[in-house]
Amino acid sequence: MATDLPTRPRPATPEAALPPSSTDGKARRAHRRPGFRREQLSGWGMIAPAALLLLAFIFIPAILGFGLAFTNARLISPRPVEFVGLDNFARLFSDPTFYRALLNVAYFTVVIVPVQSGLALVMALLINKKFRGVNFFRTVYFLPVVTSMVVVSLLWLFMYRKDGLINEILSAVSFGLIDGPDWLGDPNTAMPAIIILSIWQAAGFHMIIWLAGLQGISGELYEASQLDGTSRWQQFRYVTWPGLFHTRSLVLVTITIQALGLFDQISVMTQGGPMDSTTTIIYEAVQSGYRQQETSYASAISLVFFVLVLIVSAVQRHLTREKD
Amino acid sequence: MKNQLLLKSAGTMLVRILFAVVAAFPIVFMLVSSLKPDQQIFGDMSSLAAFLPVGNISFDNYAAVFDRVPAARFLLNSVGVSAVTVILGIFVNSLCAFALSRMQVRGKKIVFTAILATLIVPFQTLALPLVWWVNQLPYFELNGFSLEFSKGWLDTYQVQIIPFIANAFSIYLFHQYFESIPKELDEAARIDGAGWFKIYRQVVMPLSGPATATVAILTFLPAWNSYLWPLMVVQSEELRPVMIGIQYFFQLNVSWGEVMAYASLITVPVVVLFIAFQRSFVNSIASSGVKG
Repeated sequence: MATDLPTRPRPATPEAALPPSSTDGKARRAHRRPGFRREQLSGWGMIAPAALLLLAFIFIPAILGFGLAFTNARLISPRPVEFVGLDNFARLFSDPTFYRALLNVAYFTVVIVPVQSGLALVMALLINKKFRGVNFFRTVYFLPVVTSMVVVSLLWLFMYRKDGLINEILSAVSFGLIDGPDWLGDPNTAMPAIIILSIWQAAGFHMIIWLAGLQGISGELYEASQLDGTSRWQQFRYVTWPGLFHTRSLVLVTITIQALGLFDQISVMTQGGPMDSTTTIIYEAVQSGYRQQETSYASAISLVFFVLVLIVSAVQRHLTREKD
Repeated sequence: MKNQLLLKSAGTMLVRILFAVVAAFPIVFMLVSSLKPDQQIFGDMSSLAAFLPVGNISFDNYAAVFDRVPAARFLLNSVGVSAVTVILGIFVNSLCAFALSRMQVRGKKIVFTAILATLIVPFQTLALPLVWWVNQLPYFELNGFSLEFSKGWLDTYQVQIIPFIANAFSIYLFHQYFESIPKELDEAARIDGAGWFKIYRQVVMPLSGPATATVAILTFLPAWNSYLWPLMVVQSEELRPVMIGIQYFFQLNVSWGEVMAYASLITVPVVVLFIAFQRSFVNSIASSGVKG
């Protein structure tokens, strides 16, 4: 009997030798759930691919861009990268083209935001309720969105010619009274022309966002308002519009960010001309970063652009915040 | 009263049709012009014939496009790049959203917030530092039996794919959708002894068709349409995607019929794909996508 004791196998770990109740922390962890550790491991394993990719291709370039803006880095250069302080910014803020680009983007944004969101809302209202052919209209309204901006720009480049389709239509509907301009060749009409085609291409996307908001408003509210005998306008004013509160800020923010980043149309149609009347911040950044390979200067422009986007979104958030 | 209502709905319908005409006329004009010789395009412009496939109709412009541009190669590149981006994107983003939505992972709140924070960074601000960054990245290539190492991803296929796989908006869409699937299903599967990956693959994903379709379209469109990025990182002709092909038409004398043919050629596949997925796309955006 007594000889059994020393041969008893020793516990593998000190914890296992102690009764579970004597170590509170360990006990709680053990009680958490069977497979807790496994869940952590598989969970992180599932998050890791996306998280690492976002880290590598958004976080790191964002931080790099921030850093490169204060150096003299070039895309391909034998010189070592050196810190140059605020040189890039000094150069940028003394460049008249940059101010012209700011002005153009401001013009574009101020027109696009109300007009495009308004038209998109009208379109969403037109196809909100079910009727015969609703899917046809939804598809047609969305067609310009699935057409790439590059193709759209090319197409409208052709339509905007002096002898192009737009001027022919204008002439036809005015019985020959309107002799349209050379839209993209004239500094006064180039930006309005870009604005029109941009709205035409993107309104359908924001229509879908509005539509999501409209579908989220409970039908009971409409029934109640109908019992009260409200007019259509009153219904919109007191049921629909308040119900679109969250959608409104989403549409506003997405259109604004998209408008501030104006690039594709400019690159295909006008290359910033005539006389810098359509150049934009991103167009300038791409010109210096890609064509002239000045990564650092382009990073400085990108950084200014990012700060601009942040400021504008912050102001918008402030203006559209919930007022109780 | 009844007449008035009828009049009102006829009026609404008229407005609907007006919007549809405005949305469709440039696209119809593009498709129709792609079938006509240049001279006729300009001749028809002042009448409704501009929108009708009448007169001297042929596919000559399309034949000319394939002569002028390696269009087949570009189409193949774009199909490949977009398809790989979409497939990997669906997998990587849904897997991440699954863990964030349905598993008790410590620290997941912080990770989710960090992921959503990437939405405020516009791609245009990243593009230029990203060019510099991918040019520094290592690159391994299996050449026969030896693994070759080189620096810089410029001018490759992966530079057009890998940076665009993970996407915060896709993760958000999947997350929203997964939240609407009852968690009891997971419990039941776990009792049957299923592991997490099995639950993801056999329980949750089969129920997430609409979210998958939406993410597929929202990943496919920018991949197919990308222009700024390949312009900066791809130089070799055999690696170029369709949008870059447009530059080929503005050397020497421009043939607008050919331009319209190429534009139609790279647009029609997207339109067909969109119409095929249209219903689940619109419904999914409307129900799960974007609420505050």
